Amino acid sequence: MSDAKKKKIEINNLVVKYEDKTALKGISFDVYENEILGVIGPAQSGKTSMLKVINRTIEFIPEAKAEGVVKVDGEDVMKMKNVYELRRKVGMVFPLPVGLPLSIYDNVAFAPRAAGIRNKTDLDELVERCLKQSALWDEVKDRLDSLGTKLSGGQQQRLTIARALSHQPEILCLDEFSIAVDPVTTMRIEDVLKELRSEMTIILVTNLVQQARRLANRTAFIFNGDLIEIDDNDVIFSEKPAQKMTYDYVNGNFG
Amino acid sequence: MGNRKQLEIITESAIEWLIRICGISAILFVFGIFFFVFREGAEFLFGGLDLWQFLTSPEWYPTSVSQKRYGVLALMAGTASVTLLSMAIAVPFGLGAAIYVSEFCGPKAKETFKIVIELLAAIPSVVWGFIGLTLMNELIITLFDAPIGLTVLNGGIILALMSVPIIVSIGEDALKAVPDSYREAAEALGSTRWQMIYRVLLPAAKNGLLAAVLLGVARAVGETMAVLMATGHAVKIPGSVLDSVRTLTATIAAELGEAPVASDHYQVLFIIGILLFTITFAVNLIADLVVKGIKEQ
Repeated sequence: MSDAKKKKIEINNLVVKYEDKTALKGISFDVYENEILGVIGPAQSGKTSMLKVINRTIEFIPEAKAEGVVKVDGEDVMKMKNVYELRRKVGMVFPLPVGLPLSIYDNVAFAPRAAGIRNKTDLDELVERCLKQSALWDEVKDRLDSLGTKLSGGQQQRLTIARALSHQPEILCLDEFSIAVDPVTTMRIEDVLKELRSEMTIILVTNLVQQARRLANRTAFIFNGDLIEIDDNDVIFSEKPAQKMTYDYVNGNFG
Repeated sequence: MGNRKQLEIITESAIEWLIRICGISAILFVFGIFFFVFREGAEFLFGGLDLWQFLTSPEWYPTSVSQKRYGVLALMAGTASVTLLSMAIAVPFGLGAAIYVSEFCGPKAKETFKIVIELLAAIPSVVWGFIGLTLMNELIITLFDAPIGLTVLNGGIILALMSVPIIVSIGEDALKAVPDSYREAAEALGSTRWQMIYRVLLPAAKNGLLAAVLLGVARAVGETMAVLMATGHAVKIPGSVLDSVRTLTATIAAELGEAPVASDHYQVLFIIGILLFTITFAVNLIADLVVKGIKEQ
C-alpha cells in the first residue's frame, strides 16, 4: 500500500560522522506524505543525528559531518540556499522543552514574525490556533503575557509543539518528546499528533517502543547507526518481522 | 566518630563565617570610603557653602584673592559632555563588537579578539592621556582646523576607547551565558541569525548587557588622568565638541595637592567627591530600577 503514496522525504545512504565516531553508517529509506513514521532504537543509535540532517540543524555542531543525500519534496537539503525556508517547512521538537525567554505569546509568534507576518489579527489567530492544536490553550489563554519559561515542564513541551506548528510546517519531527513529560501530558500530546496526521508528515523518534506502536503507521528500527528494518506497524510489531533482531528489541529481549 | 562529626560542624561554621565576613567587608569598605570623604567635606558642606550656588554656578575660582567662588556647574557639564560623547561612541561599538565576538566569528578569531581586547583594557590611563595629548590633539587640529585639539571630542574618543574593552568583555560574558539551546531552538524555527539575536539573545542577555554599559559609564565618569590630559582643563560650559572642558575628577586630581589641608578649597574638593559618589549611586539606582521594570514586564 505504501508504494502508491507520495514520497515526502527521501533519505539515501546517509552517513553522519562526529570527530571520532560514526553515528549513522549509511541508511536509506523514504517517508511518505501524511504518515506518522516511528523511529525506534536504543540511545546513541543515530536517531537524533538523522533528524538534525533533515532540517540542517546538524550545522550547529561544528564537528559533525553529513554525507549522502536527503531530499525533502525532491530537493536536496544540503544544496538548498534558503535554509530558513527549509526549517520552516520542517518543524522540530527537542527532547527537553526549550521555552524561549519570551512571553507565551511571543514564543509562539516568534517564527511567524521571523517569516515576516506582522499583522496583529493574523498573529493572534495563529497563536490561538497553534496553542489549541497543542492542547495548551485552555491552560494559558488568560496569561499569554507571562514568561514561557515559567510554565511547568509538560506545559513547556506543549508550548514547544505549538511553536513548531506556528510556522505551518509540512513535516513535524519529534525527538523523544515525552522524556520530560508526565504520562497524562504524553497521552494528550499523542492525541494531538493523531489529529495532526491528516495535515502533515510526522517523524516520531522515540525510545518508547509502545509509543511507536500506538501512533505510527510505519516504524523504522535503527540500531548502532544501521537501519535494521522499516515496515508497516503490522509487520514490525507482529510475531514475524523480517529481522529477528527487530522482534527481540520490540519485545524487550534486549536494548 | 563523634569527634569527627564535631570537627565537621566547627569547620563548616568557621568557613561560613569567613565567607560572611568577606561579604560584609565589601559593604564596610564602601561605607568606610563614603564616611571618610564625607567627614573631610562635612564642615564646609553644612557651614559656609551655598549649596544652591555650588550646583548652579559655572564660576570656579577657588583661589581668587578678592572673592572665592565655588560653582561646579561647568565641571559637571564637562564630565557630562565627555561621558555622553564617549558613551555615544562606545556603546554601539562595544555591544556590536560583543555580538560579533560571541556570535559571528570563528573560534580562532575569537581567541585573538579576546586577547587583543584584554590588552586594550590593560593600557594604563596615563598612556591614553598621552595619546590624547599628542596624537589626537594634532589630528583634531588638522581635521577640524581648530585652534586647540584638547577638547570634548578628544576626551570623548579617548574615554570611548577605554570603555569599549570593558563593554565588550562583560557584554560577551553576558551573551555567552545565554544557553545554546535558545540559539538552536530559535534557528530551528527558521529565523535568521540576526532575527535570533535581536528577538531572543538580546532580550535574554539584557541585564548583563546593561551592566556592561553601566560599567562603561562608571569608567567614563570616574576616569581622571586621561581626561585631565585630553580635554584641555578649561573651566567652561562647552558649546560644541570642539570646546575645551574640565571634569569633576580632573579638578580633584589637579587641585587637591595644592589646597591647604582643612581649608575651604580642600573641603570643596571632597564635596565634589561626594557629588561624584552621588552621581554613580544615582546611575546604579536608575539601572536597577530599569532592570526591575524590564523583569516585571
